[in-house]
Amino acid sequence: MRRILAILMENEPGSLSRIVGLFSQRAFNIESLTVAPTDDNSLSRMTIATKGDDKVLEQIVKQVNKLIDVIKITDITDRKHIERELLLVKVTAMNDKSRTEVTRITDIFRGNIIDIGKHVYTVQLTGDAEKLNAFINALQNETEIIESARSGCVGMARGDQALRI
Amino acid sequence: MTTELFTGAEMVVKSLSALKVKYIFGYPGGSVLDIYDAIFQQDEIEHILVRHEQAATHMADGYTRATGEVGVVLATSGPGATNCVTGIATAYMDSIPMVVLAGQVATSLIGNDAFQETDIVGCTRPIIKHSFSCRSLADIPVAISKAFYIASTGRPGPVVVELPKDILIPQNKGPFNIETDIKIRSYNPNIKGHPKQIKKAAQTISNAKRLVVYSGGGIVLSDASELLTKLVETLKAPITNTLMGLGGISGTHKQFIGMLGMHGSLEANKSMANADVILALGARFDDRVTNNVEKFCPNATIVHVDIDPTSISKTINAHIPIVGLVDVVMQQLLDELTDINFSPDEAALSQWWQQINLWRNVKSISYEQDENEKIKPQRVVEALYKITEGDAYVCSDVGQHQMFAAQYYPFAKPRQWINSGGAGTMGFGLPAAMGVKLAFPDKHVICITGDGSIQMNIQELSTCSQYKLPVVIVTLNNRSLGMVRQWQDMVYGGRHSSSYMESLPDFVKVAEAYGHVGIQIDSLDELEEKLTQAFNIKDRLVFVDVMVDEKEHVYPMQIRTGAIDEMWLKKGVKS
Ligand SMILES: Cc1ncc(C[n+]2csc(CCOP(=O)(O)OP(=O)(O)O)c2C)c(N)n1
Ligand SMILES: [Mg+2]
Repeated sequence: MRRILAILMENEPGSLSRIVGLFSQRAFNIESLTVAPTDDNSLSRMTIATKGDDKVLEQIVKQVNKLIDVIKITDITDRKHIERELLLVKVTAMNDKSRTEVTRITDIFRGNIIDIGKHVYTVQLTGDAEKLNAFINALQNETEIIESARSGCVGMARGDQALRI
Repeated sequence: MTTELFTGAEMVVKSLSALKVKYIFGYPGGSVLDIYDAIFQQDEIEHILVRHEQAATHMADGYTRATGEVGVVLATSGPGATNCVTGIATAYMDSIPMVVLAGQVATSLIGNDAFQETDIVGCTRPIIKHSFSCRSLADIPVAISKAFYIASTGRPGPVVVELPKDILIPQNKGPFNIETDIKIRSYNPNIKGHPKQIKKAAQTISNAKRLVVYSGGGIVLSDASELLTKLVETLKAPITNTLMGLGGISGTHKQFIGMLGMHGSLEANKSMANADVILALGARFDDRVTNNVEKFCPNATIVHVDIDPTSISKTINAHIPIVGLVDVVMQQLLDELTDINFSPDEAALSQWWQQINLWRNVKSISYEQDENEKIKPQRVVEALYKITEGDAYVCSDVGQHQMFAAQYYPFAKPRQWINSGGAGTMGFGLPAAMGVKLAFPDKHVICITGDGSIQMNIQELSTCSQYKLPVVIVTLNNRSLGMVRQWQDMVYGGRHSSSYMESLPDFVKVAEAYGHVGIQIDSLDELEEKLTQAFNIKDRLVFVDVMVDEKEHVYPMQIRTGAIDEMWLKKGVKS
């Protein structure tokens, strides 16, 4: 099952490589991984999307927690939570028909066209993974995708709960 | 008043002094010459020069296993540091606290494939508890004191500290401050077991009809053997030890039913298989214990006490997990048992012991010695036990001899048995024994080894001459990689692919070449006399080369893919 893990860790050189090394060393799956410093610059916040049964997940959480740099890890999957991912996608927009279609689909998904070239549009969209997948499918039906980049998801529990020190 | 300024190299040595380090085990080279210069100019810490950096790590490791003090290793960048990798992995697998100071090229050169540059932090990442890359003078004391703290607390393990050349040289100086009372906000190992879990565990234990205590290296590491003995005597239950846990309770204690696992006793493995409650203390259900996990002790409720949460329910699901220091948790358990007026169910207990005694009567740890035939390796270990009155430190290498040592030398105390259980590193024995001898010069220190293993660090005979380390090396010489050969006999149709040592040296001459005493034993009638002679030589290293029966196998042995108690008792005889 797909799980979203939120990790708070020391913002130090080598911290990221320890997490990545751990996942490969123990054959844990990484679907996506995002990391950046938090409002407190001494801390990094990481979101990992992974897959595994309960036993594997228990090991992932424990093994990550065991790393000296890690302050906290929580599995937010089963809680009410917000999950967002950013997509940038460059599509062919050769003629009026494809231009209108891309614009229409982008509007439906509440995306933005953020750049245009001679024959291309670049679109930005945020949402959860499912929404982004649906958007890509819709685009593929109407035009050709030239390039796409996804940020991987970031996540946070809803309400008063917070991951902090 | 101006504050005194120090070079990084001086800071390294001052930090180690502040942490009460007595020995550094190491080998010099370009990137760490400044540290060597600083060591030269003080006399608080002694540097032990080995002949290969791997031996420095094992020697530090042996020193630590015997004393409990953190071992310190110093190696130069590149090949010096990579030579430490096996020793670091060995310490990591057995949770041994160690601090490895590794030189590095100057910070300006890092990443340039400079001369003797290796990313040692990267190389060791999967086999360390933590590592520090120092990049400035001020980092040095912080990294070293944190390294000691991390290495020695929680589940202990090795920590690497990388020291680039440019922060060690005399041109750079800075003020020296060291904080030895360390707090790390992201690192707070659990100490006490959760009270609710303790209550549950005590209840479960009280209701048990067939309880087994299964204890491991955690007991040895936390010096908890007295408490363990008290707990076991309160419970009146049988106790088995892992290979790493031997000596956790006296090997001659009447409740001790032997080592468990692959080459454990039948009674230990049978008791586990038939237990209704297993109390696991500082042990980690290693695959060399469990055999096939699918068939593992189906009827047992498992109480698992360990300092490391990742060890709990990793291979075997624990019904009552307790995270904490094993000595603290055992005290909590004892207190709780007192509170609930624990008294064991005597009827059930006597039935249980009757059953166990039937298994004991099989005498699974036994061998046959024909007085006119070649010496059986087991007999050598028994003779060593007798001659040293069970009071020697026994360090072993890896192979059949290691198992014979574990089976036939009952260890009275923790830290007396020193072996590479987790990693199974051949070449560990001699340098480990040297580390022990350095710490306890007046004790008998034996290295039980094989003709294969001893050659993996035999160059250390030279270090032994230099520092006068009169260990007794006993090679159970079967002219083969015995353990490999045994598997080939049992699993590979007797095809002995590369398990012979066809060009063995004359070990007596090798010993003599390094200035030691060499003794060869060929027949049973001279065994005890010559071994006694070896132990009577106190001031010189004695290398005893014992020709043993090369056909001997280690029994009992778990049958692959079987349950924990499915064993070969001897050739062709199943449990
Ligand atoms: C460094 C290393 N390489 C290979 C092995 C695999 N191995 C395990 S036991 C063994 C044979 C050991 O031979 P010896 O030291 O003569 O001991 P014996 O089994 O004959 O008593 C080997 C090769 C190992 N454990 N460690
Ligand atoms: Mg051999």
